[in-house]
Amino acid sequence: MASSAITAGSEPVFHLEEEHAHAEGGSTMLGFWLYLMSDCLIFAMLFAAYGVLGGNYAAGPAPKDLFDLGLVAVNTTMLLLSSITYGFAMLTMDKGRVGATQAWLVVTILFGLAFLSIELYEFAHMIHEGATPQRSAFLSSFFTLVGTHGLHVTFGIVWMVTLMVQVARHGLIEANRRRLMCLSMFWHFLDVVWIGVFTFVYLMGMLR
Amino acid sequence: MPETLTKFIFGRLTLESLPLHEPIVVVTFIVVALGGLAVLGAVTYFKLWGYLWREWFTSVDHKKIGIMYMALGLVMLLRGFSDAIMMRLQQAIAFNGSEGYLNAHHYDQIFTAHGVIMIFFVAMPFVTGLMNFVVPLQIGARDVSFPFLNNFSFWMTVGGAILVMASLFVGEFARTGWLAYPPLSGINYSPDVGVDYYIWALQVAGVGTTLSGINLICTIIKMRAPGMTMMRMPVFTWTSLCTNVLIVASFPVLTAVLTLLALDRYVGTNFFTNDFGGNPMMYVNLIWIWGHPEVYILILPLFGVFSEVTSTFSGKRLFGYTSMVYATIVITILSYLVWLHHFFTMGSGASVNSFFGITTMIISIPTGAKIFNWLFTMYRGRIRFELPMMWTVAFMLTFVVGGMTGVLLAVPPADFVLHNSLFLIAHFHNVIIGGVLFGLFAGIAYWWPKAFGFRLDPFWGKVSFWCWVLGFWLAFMPLYILGLMGVTRRMRVFDDPSLQIWFVIAAFGAVLIACGIAAFLVQIFVSIRKREALADHTGDPWDGRTLEWSTSSPPPAYNFAFTPVIRDNDAWFDMKKAGYRRPLSGFKPIHMPRNTGTGVVLAVFSVALGFGLIWYMWWLAALSFVCLIATAIGHTFNYHRDFDIPAAEVAQTEEARTTLLAAQG
Repeated sequence: MASSAITAGSEPVFHLEEEHAHAEGGSTMLGFWLYLMSDCLIFAMLFAAYGVLGGNYAAGPAPKDLFDLGLVAVNTTMLLLSSITYGFAMLTMDKGRVGATQAWLVVTILFGLAFLSIELYEFAHMIHEGATPQRSAFLSSFFTLVGTHGLHVTFGIVWMVTLMVQVARHGLIEANRRRLMCLSMFWHFLDVVWIGVFTFVYLMGMLR
Repeated sequence: MPETLTKFIFGRLTLESLPLHEPIVVVTFIVVALGGLAVLGAVTYFKLWGYLWREWFTSVDHKKIGIMYMALGLVMLLRGFSDAIMMRLQQAIAFNGSEGYLNAHHYDQIFTAHGVIMIFFVAMPFVTGLMNFVVPLQIGARDVSFPFLNNFSFWMTVGGAILVMASLFVGEFARTGWLAYPPLSGINYSPDVGVDYYIWALQVAGVGTTLSGINLICTIIKMRAPGMTMMRMPVFTWTSLCTNVLIVASFPVLTAVLTLLALDRYVGTNFFTNDFGGNPMMYVNLIWIWGHPEVYILILPLFGVFSEVTSTFSGKRLFGYTSMVYATIVITILSYLVWLHHFFTMGSGASVNSFFGITTMIISIPTGAKIFNWLFTMYRGRIRFELPMMWTVAFMLTFVVGGMTGVLLAVPPADFVLHNSLFLIAHFHNVIIGGVLFGLFAGIAYWWPKAFGFRLDPFWGKVSFWCWVLGFWLAFMPLYILGLMGVTRRMRVFDDPSLQIWFVIAAFGAVLIACGIAAFLVQIFVSIRKREALADHTGDPWDGRTLEWSTSSPPPAYNFAFTPVIRDNDAWFDMKKAGYRRPLSGFKPIHMPRNTGTGVVLAVFSVALGFGLIWYMWWLAALSFVCLIATAIGHTFNYHRDFDIPAAEVAQTEEARTTLLAAQG
């Protein structure tokens, strides 16, 4: 009955005898990467909104009146350092050293908190001077873009604490390594976004 | 003091928020409440709660989730269609000084709700449900990549639908049109809860849609059976892949733009206001950057359905598979380059309008290629005019007209005349009903036997088919004519009595469509009653060509006892031709995900969060947000999400099928 298309003699194979195992979590990295891209799109929208509205001061304060580049430089340093220390956490994770991994995660959290504190200080200072999100379209888009990034960092820290508890409970098992890997991508992604914020909002803002 | 307390507890929700002064709404509420109570009572009486909870609500099985999506779409279709026929009736009688029977406040909510519901809670669940059910079966997988996420996505979609339905009886819905353009949707012009219902319903549902998009992309990329290269994927899987790419690449835009609108309304920012440098046209641009891809999110999977149906019922391999795939990809890309044709009248100038006009016209080329591919597939085929094929032919005839009026609207000078007229309304209903809805009915008739093990009754299917198709033409051709005469959309009363006859014809068409919907429900009911006579034990009732037809109907929880090996586009047809024999022994335990109720819980908290935000019940919003995060984190502490179906159970299931097949002879 086998048609000529099938090589005569050899029995066609219709199915796998052995279980074709899709390793658990085999799609996680791809899925998380896709999520990051969708998140990236949200940031792209916020950048676009800032691009359109960033010059609409409505007779209110402009970037030059508000931004303190020195402070932002310190802030940026905090976030970049936190990315490096997260990298160290991943290196020690690869070696299977639970204690060292946890220690680097703590350092990362501290840098993250430092970043958030400086950002909140900056926001409070601006609001105190009357540069509120309601003051002009420029400030609306500024607070939304920078604030959304800050919210992401906050969630990243909550996530990191959760993972530290899970690593403490179960050690560096496969599932936990996968989760740390996802958070790593998330954390570095926030760094990349911040470089965009630093360049387009703060540096270019000072040139306006 | 008690007043501040009630204000704290209930926010701006008062007894006056209940629309008791609108008799139509009150009657609707009584009917819905009685119907709802009857359903709840029946479920309780027959002791079905436990069954529903264990087997359906908490299920992570892609087939059950797909079916639940379809059920949601069907329920919401009834609601969305009620809005439609109310509008048709109002417009048919509001002449010669008559105000009709709907006041402006109510009428404006109806046309907004109709659009929102039909797109987000009818078309989207139907399409997502179809993809969920079919794609894993077509690629030889046992489930999607992230089964829990799938369940969660479904319940978030339900959550959004619940918020929209709640707006009917508690407060009001938006009166802004389905895309809620500011400044009309801003807090100054829409201070009520309507727009807030709109925002939070779409945000809740949007989370589900985005996650389900990611899920299905991963499934198609990572879970294909061995041998199924990209260019051996069935066309429905291809169109699903492109659709989900569109979802992931466009829904975040909707999320972002609605968030900005929410900030304008809640915080007082100035993104889309008229003052302090806000820019309302930015909203229109951003929402259509989501909105145009959305159109293709809806239609592409149905192009896939038509491809499967045409090929199966013509008994031929699909004509031009490769060109079909590339046409789909080209449409996917082009759908991002045309958004401005929705508002040529913005005033962006001749050059910009020409660019978007031309890109729009270019889309008709790959679409035309698809139509020709289907026609050439039918050419010299042995065509069986079963129900799915009838819908497909009706689609081809109807959709081409809609496509041509679309190209007409893509010409900017013509658009300046026809913009926002009933011509536009006729055009997009022409493509959405003629394309998406006809495709869904084709798909439902085609895959129903796979899902339930029996066919749909052909007689009532044909009644539904003719009512729908004739009803559509009768309801929307008059709108083309009215549009050419200059009648604009969203009008409640008319001065010119010569227009009335066209609205009366359109209303009659809507009544015919109502008969079509009724016949469809009767068809389901009759088919369930006659399921023994309509039963299909082979699992392959249409002489199918793709993998889903190789397993039993309904498929076992694990879909395939052994992972199939693919050597051809039409994998199952190829297997049948090569003398396929079902494996009868050597079964192994199968690793499957475990059911979980977390998705339901998360969706309940999301609805509560939305409700709290809509009514300014800040304590409820804060509380449910905290619960939401806590539940999500708590879920990650569960490391045991899988189990094994024992080999003996697999053997038993397969044994039962062997007996059934043997009885067939």
